[in-house]
Amino acid sequence: MTLAHRVLASPFWPMLRKEFIQMRRDRLTLGLMIGVPAIQLVLFGFAIQTEVRNLPTVVLDESRSSESRALVAAIENTGNFRLRGTVDSREEVRRQIVAGKAAAAVIIPPDYTDDIKHGRTATAQVIVDAADPLASAAAIGGASQAGNARSEALLGANRKLEPPVRIRVRPWFNPTLRSSVYIVPGIIGVLLSMTMVVITSVAVVRERERGTLEQLIVTPISRTGLLLGKIVPFVLVGYVQITVILLLGRLVFNVPILGSLPLLYAVALPFIFASLAIGILLSTMVQTQAQAMQMGFLFLLPNILLSGFMFPREAMPEPAQWLGAALPLTYFLQVLRAVLLKAAGPESVWRQALALTGFAFGVAAVAVGRFRKTLE
Amino acid sequence: MSADTVIETQGLRKVFGERVALEGLNLVVHRGEVFGLLGANGSGKTTTIRMLCGLLAPTSGQARVVGYDVMRDAERVRQRIGYMSQRFGLYEDLTVLENLRFYSGVYGLRGRAASERIAEIVEELDLGPRSRQLAGTLSGGWKQRLALACATAHKPDLLFLDEPTAGVDPASRQRFWSHIGAFAARGTAILLTTHYMDEAARCERLAFLLTGRLIADGTPDEIIAHFGQPTLEAVFIALQAQSEAEAA
Ligand SMILES: Nc1ncnc2c1ncn2[C@@H]1O[C@H](COP(=O)(O)OP(=O)(O)OP(=O)(O)O)[C@@H](O)[C@H]1O
Ligand SMILES: [Mg+2]
Repeated sequence: MTLAHRVLASPFWPMLRKEFIQMRRDRLTLGLMIGVPAIQLVLFGFAIQTEVRNLPTVVLDESRSSESRALVAAIENTGNFRLRGTVDSREEVRRQIVAGKAAAAVIIPPDYTDDIKHGRTATAQVIVDAADPLASAAAIGGASQAGNARSEALLGANRKLEPPVRIRVRPWFNPTLRSSVYIVPGIIGVLLSMTMVVITSVAVVRERERGTLEQLIVTPISRTGLLLGKIVPFVLVGYVQITVILLLGRLVFNVPILGSLPLLYAVALPFIFASLAIGILLSTMVQTQAQAMQMGFLFLLPNILLSGFMFPREAMPEPAQWLGAALPLTYFLQVLRAVLLKAAGPESVWRQALALTGFAFGVAAVAVGRFRKTLE
Repeated sequence: MSADTVIETQGLRKVFGERVALEGLNLVVHRGEVFGLLGANGSGKTTTIRMLCGLLAPTSGQARVVGYDVMRDAERVRQRIGYMSQRFGLYEDLTVLENLRFYSGVYGLRGRAASERIAEIVEELDLGPRSRQLAGTLSGGWKQRLALACATAHKPDLLFLDEPTAGVDPASRQRFWSHIGAFAARGTAILLTTHYMDEAARCERLAFLLTGRLIADGTPDEIIAHFGQPTLEAVFIALQAQSEAEAA
């Protein structure tokens, strides 16, 4: 038999076809697979959004002019800052932020008004407590918005090359600036990881529970054919999920898509595959669909805590970092953030892509090895 | 193992935890034979069939099926056997035709060959009228025939039927047996389990299991004569009463 014949005769094809038919018939599950991530994203996203607005802010106005007051008003108008009062010194700014009474401070230097009057670029400063990763995004976004608003108001139709007002943001305590925008791409990874793992383990265990597996495994179907046919349809589901979350993130939360989507989709393949293989692995450890769900959620926990989704990995104790390094999500998150937020190209994410490919093959091999064509 | 035997077991034993489900089974089934495995609930019939299909690993003992060791050459065995599980095991959310196409595909049939085989089997088992109905919505008799169709899509040499007619009405049972007769006439060996003694009487040879032990085998007439009872039904009841008396 030639290779082409062998491929054509593989039980993978009937298995694949059957899975697609069943998926099409099970509209509710299909809807849930796409709807639930969408709903979770929106809930999650709004929870984050409300947090990043209304940063308690103090003002140190050393210029004390109508110009400086206009700038403060513009900053307040962005809605990202809520003024809690004025202070008299940088020392006081520091005390307020360290004490957590303010999350941000606006500092307008004495020469601000003079600079504007003489046509020089006037610089003000926004300091943000970036230890709260959500605050910095709000501060950066709000500051540039306010700076632009003031510049436009001052320039009118008269456009110069240099904007008259510039606001510098200085993050304190967390100069790498983890922001809320940082978290939404992470949600893609977390939701994808969760649904892929749970879907496959449930799908395999369901066949066992319904008694269809007993009938299936007395046929000469190969384990690889059986399992591949089972998971390949879910790869498509995974891509639909990514697309839905990306679209929603873009439309509802203004998450930027700076880098190459084809690159992102390409690196997503080994990640999806690895997640599906983990699902199969879990299915070999449980007996019922309920157990499969519980195992899925159990698996979710380290993913949320250790992958860098919620907390920066650099700040974790070493054992936690090692555990995180054993999770495919850790690598996929890095790729998601780099590609979406920093327009990273293949040269910056190939290591992660390689690691994910390793996971995909490694876990798949273990899963196929553990899957037995027996009832025990 | 001679060329004439399709099943041959030696000291086949299965233990689940503390419970001995099957004890030292020695069994021979010949090519083209319709062989009935009888015994009360829990006597080990399903366990025996599952081991012969390679679904359960024997605790000890050996089994050769269609010429191969069931554990070492499980995949070779699987190409040449058909199995109908006690519980309906087809996809209820697929139609009759989709189930058939799936199973013929899994057995390696493609394109024309698959279509021809499916048409043939639909015709033989008279599944045409329900071919587009979801398997889950079929009544018992139709489900049984569909399961038989899927188990024989690849024309196996040996067919395992685990209580194929449980819960099926008399007319459908009658019909089912005429299909079994047709398969046997073409040389397919059949090992089946049943609780109906009229069906047992139609088997060429029988084996009685009593709590995991083979206590008698032979033709229906031999068994009736051996136990000195008027009918198979009477043999069954007498054996059961005897084992309960021993247990007490
Ligand atoms: N997976 C298992 N784990 C533990 N015990 C089992 C298992 N499968 C079967 N048994 C036990 O083995 C014994 C034989 O069961 P088996 O299903 O083979 O009986 P059977 O003759 O097919 O019964 P029935 O007529 O009810 O189908 C029973 O006592 C049963 O409880
Ligand atoms: Mg049984």
